[in-house]
Amino acid sequence: MAEDKKGEVLLQMHGLRIEGRSDEIWHEIVHGVDVVLRRGEVLGLIGESGAGKSTIGLAAMGFARDGCRISGGSIMFDGVDLAKASDDSLRQLRGSRIAYVAQSAAAAFNPAQKLIDQYCEAPVQHGIMPRAEAESDAIDLYGRLQLPDPEGIGFRYPHQVSGGQLQRAMTAMAMACRPDLIVFDEPTTALDVTTQIEVLSAIRDIVRQFDTAAIYITHDLAVVSQMADRIMVLRYGNLVEEGETRGMIEDPQKEYTRDLLAVRTFRKELAEDPGAEMPLLRVENVSAAYGKSPVLFNVSMDIHSKRTVAVVGESGSGKSTAARVITGLLPPSEGKVLYEGLPLPADHRKRSKDEKHRLQMIYQMPDTAINPRQRVRSIIGRPLEFYLGLRGEDRDARVRQLLEMIELDPDEFIDRFPGELSGGQKQRVCIARALAAEPELIICDEVTSALDQLVAEEILKLLQRLQDELGLAYMFITHDLATVRAVADEIVVMLQGEVVEQGLKETVLTPPHHEYTELLLSSVPEMDPDWLDNLLDERLEQSA
Amino acid sequence: MSQIAKLVAQRLALGLLTLFIVSLIIFLCVEMLPGNFSEAILGQSATPETVAAFNRELGLDLPPHERYVTWLFNMLQGDFGRSLASKRELSELLGYRLENTLFLAAVAAVIAVPLAVSLGVLAALYRESFYDRAVNVVTLSSISFPEFFVAYILILVLAQNMGVFPAISNISDELGFWEKVYRTALPALTLTLVCVAHMMRMTRAAIINLLASPYIEMARLKGLRPTRIILKHALPNALAPIINVVVLNLAYLVVGVVLVEVVFVYPGLGQLFVDSVRSRDIPVVQACSLIFAMTYVLLNLLADVLSIMSNPRLLHPR
Repeated sequence: MAEDKKGEVLLQMHGLRIEGRSDEIWHEIVHGVDVVLRRGEVLGLIGESGAGKSTIGLAAMGFARDGCRISGGSIMFDGVDLAKASDDSLRQLRGSRIAYVAQSAAAAFNPAQKLIDQYCEAPVQHGIMPRAEAESDAIDLYGRLQLPDPEGIGFRYPHQVSGGQLQRAMTAMAMACRPDLIVFDEPTTALDVTTQIEVLSAIRDIVRQFDTAAIYITHDLAVVSQMADRIMVLRYGNLVEEGETRGMIEDPQKEYTRDLLAVRTFRKELAEDPGAEMPLLRVENVSAAYGKSPVLFNVSMDIHSKRTVAVVGESGSGKSTAARVITGLLPPSEGKVLYEGLPLPADHRKRSKDEKHRLQMIYQMPDTAINPRQRVRSIIGRPLEFYLGLRGEDRDARVRQLLEMIELDPDEFIDRFPGELSGGQKQRVCIARALAAEPELIICDEVTSALDQLVAEEILKLLQRLQDELGLAYMFITHDLATVRAVADEIVVMLQGEVVEQGLKETVLTPPHHEYTELLLSSVPEMDPDWLDNLLDERLEQSA
Repeated sequence: MSQIAKLVAQRLALGLLTLFIVSLIIFLCVEMLPGNFSEAILGQSATPETVAAFNRELGLDLPPHERYVTWLFNMLQGDFGRSLASKRELSELLGYRLENTLFLAAVAAVIAVPLAVSLGVLAALYRESFYDRAVNVVTLSSISFPEFFVAYILILVLAQNMGVFPAISNISDELGFWEKVYRTALPALTLTLVCVAHMMRMTRAAIINLLASPYIEMARLKGLRPTRIILKHALPNALAPIINVVVLNLAYLVVGVVLVEVVFVYPGLGQLFVDSVRSRDIPVVQACSLIFAMTYVLLNLLADVLSIMSNPRLLHPR
């Protein structure tokens, strides 16, 4: 863009209202929001799920998802009202002047086409440049986004490229027509922390190089403070607060923004070294494989009663596989699992009820972990019947007790279906179901990853209270170091199926760290707008 | 590619196993049929002595397992045996009939498959429109009637009243290609009407199923035309279910033609099958059944292979 155009208003949404349809009735989900974006500016939209941030981001392209409609207000983009524009004129703008980068690149690339074919589609179809020119342009952009092998990577299919690389390839695709505006919809949410850094810095560089305006949507305030010039905080389809990034982080005006900033302050008291006490569960030199491909190599860890062991690592590090070995879903190829000093049968089918009820699991996705066609009463009641033989009134009385323990009102919730619960409530029901078996150890597999930060914090506090009251031990699998800081007594760091470091929390978290632990720790975004710059400078110096 | 070769080899082995089991089932079923060829053919003169002599001559007096093994081994060597009724070599008789049936199936498929797939694509493109509803109603009605009813309606309208096509599809080898096609038109049309709905609805559903996926949303946000989105982004990813239903219908075209062939007196395998059951001509019944089974197994194998080939993850491994 020419310099003199800088600062000119590019997009102005005024009194934007969007409705969504559920049960054949239209409900308003965005209630009259105003958004102004200037050329070359990056605007951060932040809020929890249901805040309407993605909906607003898509509205900036004049687009509403199926089951949604733009019901009021104006969306002026460079002199055209997108709320009233015809399908044809919208189509000509989309991809060419306003582009979109989706959350999951793996899902947003067509699996049946090569990356470069998908790159060239928009420029060729919009008549901006011929195919050959688009191809050489793609290779140039792949290089600028620091993708490995820029000449060759475009000729691969999406499944042949890693998640972080795909996200950068998608950013390149969005850049193909050199749009005035790009909407980034949670582009790094699905990535590991170390990959997130690469993508964040690549996106920021390219947006600056071409002076493109951007709307950056995320639920992570720390991430957005690295990217945005200005931030809008949204909640329930309303604007809560708007301001320059630095001012917002340093001096938030509204209670809700302060809550978002204060998230991750929960800390568990430091635990002492368990010494030579016999562990509740011991994993001894376990190796395991899926078919012929090995995934765990000689993993050992101890979990003592009433304590929390956090297992940290990126996707593919083998942390969930370790849980599958412990629960007997994947018999190990070598090594064994001891419970109170006695070996557990490797296959869960060979374990007795008594061995099973002591060890329960809570999963990442509460949506898929509970049967949508059963009421809360039967979901929690089933393990009561199966393990404890409770029936009828005894069973119901216990279900009510459990609901009280997880802070849900029994009268209100006992006959609800999962569809009538929020994400956090569903996860609470999953916790109650695990508690129903009266376990001694609960394996929590990424239990807060699918939840909003404020809700996640509540769940962590609940788990902590239950541990204090019931003396439970937790094996806490997560990729989120903030969660680890909050809940762990001990930490096990895993990388490519091996344990690289383990010990008490304060030992692992205080330097000197193992090289990989250091990388993980330093990659967690902080609420400081200069954090990414400083980190990149530091890493550059180190490598020099 | 070796991964694909392995998968194909696995499917092929499974197919052979299926065929073996099918041959066993066919043999046992035919064995359980009431009545006896010798009694049927001898009619009035069927005394116990003549029947026994006739049985011995044809080898029907041997115990069932011996007959099964002999039958299977002869078959493996390409010797289908002889028809009990006409004494002709079965391979010769069946070959001619099978050729006719395949010809009919091919004519029907050439009309039905492209028609069904394009109707389905258009229905997906203009979903919920008047066109979509109309196509659904018409194809569903045509599939709801029994095929012989459709056949008689077509004969009444196109042969009787309008005289466009012959009512009886009497074809033979001496006829030229186009003459054969012309005479086959009515049965082929009947089959088309019966199987188009299934394929068309599956095509439409498979495509619409994908329209909610993120890469279709991405395509829309790239400002592509709806036609291009459906043809370039949805259709290639919907191929596996479409291929499966198309192939299943091709199998129907070969195997399910019995009624249609009888109505149009078409000299195909189905007609032969019905005649042979009537006259207890067991070798023919067995051979026909086996050919039908083989058609199913082979076409399903083809569907599997094509579905695998349409999956980019298998076609282009990491």
